[in-house]
Amino acid sequence: MKLLMIAMRNLWRYQRRTLLTTALITLGVMAMLLFTSTAGSFKQMMIGQITDSMIGHIQIHKKGYVSSIDSLPLTMNMKPKMVEKAEAELNTLNEQGKIEAWSPRLKFGAMFSNFNETTNLRLNGILPEKELQTCPELPSRIIGDKPENLVEPGSILLPELIAKGMKVKVGDAIVLVATNRDGSVNGMNFTVHGILEGLSGPGGRDGYIHLEDAQALLRLESNEISEIAIRLTAPQNEKLVMKALKSTLGSLTNQQGKPAFEIHDWEKLSPFSNIANMIDLMTLFIKIMLAAIVLISVMNVMIMAVYERIREIGTLAAMGTPPNRILQLFLTEGVLLGLVGVAFGLMLSAISIYLLNQAQISFSFGRQTGLILEPVLLWKDVIFASVIVLSAAVLASLQPAWKASRLNPVDALRQV
Amino acid sequence: MSIVRATALCKNYPAGDQMLTAIQSVDFDIPEGAFVSFVGPSGSGKSTLLNMIGCLDQPTSGELIVAQTDTGRLNREQAAQFRGETIGFIFQDFNLIPVLSVYENIEYPLLMVQNWPKPERQERVQALMKAVGIHEQANKYPSQLSGGQKQRVAIARALASKPKLVLADEPTANLDHVTAYRIIELMKQMRDEFGTTFIFSTHDSKIMNAAETLFILEDGKLRQEHQTSPAGKIDSNALQQEEKSL
Repeated sequence: MKLLMIAMRNLWRYQRRTLLTTALITLGVMAMLLFTSTAGSFKQMMIGQITDSMIGHIQIHKKGYVSSIDSLPLTMNMKPKMVEKAEAELNTLNEQGKIEAWSPRLKFGAMFSNFNETTNLRLNGILPEKELQTCPELPSRIIGDKPENLVEPGSILLPELIAKGMKVKVGDAIVLVATNRDGSVNGMNFTVHGILEGLSGPGGRDGYIHLEDAQALLRLESNEISEIAIRLTAPQNEKLVMKALKSTLGSLTNQQGKPAFEIHDWEKLSPFSNIANMIDLMTLFIKIMLAAIVLISVMNVMIMAVYERIREIGTLAAMGTPPNRILQLFLTEGVLLGLVGVAFGLMLSAISIYLLNQAQISFSFGRQTGLILEPVLLWKDVIFASVIVLSAAVLASLQPAWKASRLNPVDALRQV
Repeated sequence: MSIVRATALCKNYPAGDQMLTAIQSVDFDIPEGAFVSFVGPSGSGKSTLLNMIGCLDQPTSGELIVAQTDTGRLNREQAAQFRGETIGFIFQDFNLIPVLSVYENIEYPLLMVQNWPKPERQERVQALMKAVGIHEQANKYPSQLSGGQKQRVAIARALASKPKLVLADEPTANLDHVTAYRIIELMKQMRDEFGTTFIFSTHDSKIMNAAETLFILEDGKLRQEHQTSPAGKIDSNALQQEEKSL
């Protein structure tokens, strides 16, 4: 307790230096926390949109499908037998509470016509109930009034871009024409059921029809699908479920002895993962910068403190103060600097983040507009910032403190 | 019984390529409860000798026994512990801790070195402040004290942990003569009250006579041991004259 009091008074003795260093650490902590909270919340929001309204957390495909996903090949669909095997495994994981839901999808390309002009369109044939359980935020992408059912047989959820370009609105009749696997063409009439807001990344501008309609349009006789999207009970268990699926489905082989399935998490399927990784990298650099700021500023103060108090250290040593206690004294001073900087940094960060939330700042990302910046101060970031600062403060104080404790009392007392 | 016994004590310092001899084969014996002064001009080796007696420095050769301990055999930690338990220091520049009050400065060795319980600590500090006459300045900081007051605090601090020996390196060098006399008188009074051995160094001819035993050092050699006791008293007439002249 006395040690703490002496350390505090010593810091207060050089008020200007202490205040400047503390201000520097405070600014560093604030910069880090404001960046991680805003960038982190943006990242989580985007990931949430991507996984909860489009991709799901994990997807299962026939081996090789993802590499040729741009052409949406019907030849690479999963046959009913494969689907059965996959669903059996998913049922097991569902019973274990690891998987919340999954949704089979039939993906294909079609010609879209409003009777005046035509365009290309990517489509997902879905089972609405299963799709809703897997991507619960999909209805939130519907612009305007939300229909009672996500999609009904004979209706289509049209991406905003196509709807605008082709000048169609909810309730309009349209025609979809698709080429099946054999090369023959089939067309069906649909009613526009809703307009979907576009999202960044593949699948963000896809339309949705009922799975039965998709199979009928493609004249598929068997119950084959292109992919199974999976929603996890806890997204943080992604690696665990991936491992389980890879060890079961991933080990199944086809007649040629080659793997039958491929399993991907959302990061492999969405280009946003690159942006997320970039955000993580920038966060890491900010953290390194914070550590460097604390390290350099605290070390500077402590080196100066030792240099200016050599005689005092000699006096303490002469009085019989054990070297370890002298070391503790200077370490305490360094840690106190870090502690005060962290405390002010956390306090000001919390206030700034509260004000940012109150200000409801909106921004655009890609084709998405009106996104609201909602930074969240996470405990893990608070703890991380505190640990970085305090560790750097200890590290920075260690050398000067060690030097102080090792000073020869006679030399120290001779210092003018 | 000896509190300090030196036999063929030598201390050399490296100075560039050469070795500088600070103390040359010195022998002396100081009994417990003595009031001793090492005198001599600057560079004669007084401080070096006190540093060795205080376990702040180690002899190059010879034997130095302080309070029945061969100080040449102590490592860094042991020396620190020995100093904390056995020796009190008074410095020429007072060397009080500027961030601590008078009370806290005196309390420091009891709390941070000896770890005394609070009630005993308080009792001891109060007694010492009264003994050296600075109890009214208890809450003041060193920067608020005069030189004489600072040295009184330093004396109280040196005596705090009841050391067997107090070493004072030029304790009056930064004081005016009147204050210097009073400080030496106080040190003597403390010796009488607590039975602590006082060894101080000085080159001030006016106060060296206050010592009961004088060791005269010259070029690192002990030239003479001079007993002034029982006449080892401060000349009160001289003191009065000094006070009048001020």
